[in-house]
Amino acid sequence: MDKEQTNHILNFLEKGIRFDGRKLDEYRQIKVEKGFSENAEGSARVTIGDTIVFAGVKLSVGEPYPDTPNEGTMMINAELMPLSNPDFEPGPPAIQAIELARVVDRGIRESGTIDTKKLCIKKEEKVWSILIDICTVNDDGNLFDASALAVLAALQDTKMPSYNGKIVDYKKKTKDTLPLNLKKIPTSCTVSKIGNHFIVDPVHEEEEKVEARLTVEVEEDGTLCALQKGGDKPLTAEDIDNMVGIGIEKSKELRKFL
Amino acid sequence: MGKLLVEDKTIVTPGEELAEGMDFLPAEGTFRDKDKIISSGLGLVNINGRVIKTIPVAGRYAPKKGDVIIAKVTNILMSGWILDIDSAYSAVLSVKEAKDFIRRDADLTKYYNIGDYIVTDVVMVTSQRLVDASMKGPGMRKLIGGRIIKVNTHKVPRIIGKKGSMVSMIKNATGCNILVGQNGLVWINGSPENEIIVVKTIKKIEQEAHIGGLTDRIKTFLEKETNKKINIEKVE
Repeated sequence: MDKEQTNHILNFLEKGIRFDGRKLDEYRQIKVEKGFSENAEGSARVTIGDTIVFAGVKLSVGEPYPDTPNEGTMMINAELMPLSNPDFEPGPPAIQAIELARVVDRGIRESGTIDTKKLCIKKEEKVWSILIDICTVNDDGNLFDASALAVLAALQDTKMPSYNGKIVDYKKKTKDTLPLNLKKIPTSCTVSKIGNHFIVDPVHEEEEKVEARLTVEVEEDGTLCALQKGGDKPLTAEDIDNMVGIGIEKSKELRKFL
Repeated sequence: MGKLLVEDKTIVTPGEELAEGMDFLPAEGTFRDKDKIISSGLGLVNINGRVIKTIPVAGRYAPKKGDVIIAKVTNILMSGWILDIDSAYSAVLSVKEAKDFIRRDADLTKYYNIGDYIVTDVVMVTSQRLVDASMKGPGMRKLIGGRIIKVNTHKVPRIIGKKGSMVSMIKNATGCNILVGQNGLVWINGSPENEIIVVKTIKKIEQEAHIGGLTDRIKTFLEKETNKKINIEKVE
């Protein structure tokens, strides 16, 4: 049956349509809402079709790492909530959650969209540390792109809390935003391969049949800043060329939501 | 003489008092507390003479004897299969109840393997909610090809229609094979374009099930989607 279902999907893709009537390189409806949480410094809710992801940003003052004494720190943590998909179990983060967090983290870190040097308060002693949480509320496929979009929207939404040199007052938000380099903001587009076809934004049932996927993260001018390959099957150099091409093309569309 | 506290076909919440007095009888979705009848679920009140019940508007499938359902094989036992019936309980299909005669030492995966979808009949639900399924009888089979979608199990009667009128209308208009299980799983097999129309139509029925004149609206919807004229056979 599993094979038959894959064949059924392939029949669809052969004709250039998907199970829900979309084209191969068409996203579902995307909605980005910024600032839905009072208590976080920055937050965003992203819905892509039936997939819903929350992202929240917390800021605190901490010590820098010894090798980067004048730079702020950033940490991303993803939680795949059991309520979003029956396959997700409660407990310590599973391998998918770690991958999700790392891929989103890598895009932001390598693009250099956050000017971490500006987050330094006192060299070698105090810097702002950014803690980002990703929380999946409903998983209908494509958590990668939804999470990346949510995190970036939350970062844009972030307002610095007031800090008097000793304690951070989270109740009082200042008008300052994070030092973001808007030109370098990365967009993430995950291209999946089923048979000989490349699709974006797979729904849950398609995701189960995906042979390989490539997450392409691109800056505004088209510079690649991160790649992540997943899935069981290998990709040829030609495949990667095609997938990166689709990723760059689609990133223009995704950028409009930020 | 007892007194009704709600009107027929209103939506009630759990704990709401429906009637007073011993003249009324509690049925599905209701219970008696002293001389009052109280709703135990969210649903539409249905008053039939002295009998009061609530028809749920949402919620999971509750297995019932005689239901024809679509189930997924999730595990293989020594003497049968465990089925996921998209409910809180799983069902068991015993080797004796399989379609063909199976020898004692046969490899059960040759008949139904893990991940296969089958059409099956609920033959027994015990008070402990152990569900027994059977493949004996016409129409029970393993599903080959096609795809499965999930719908609200309480909207299944509207998708099927009176004597199957709604589902046969969709079948005729699109030329797809459709099977609707009572547990809310629907199997569709046809050409890609038509399958998408079927899914759209079923989603539309699911959303608009409570609004009157459904058949006519679905008919015009299908005509627009397929660009074909549809003649509805009148069902008495």
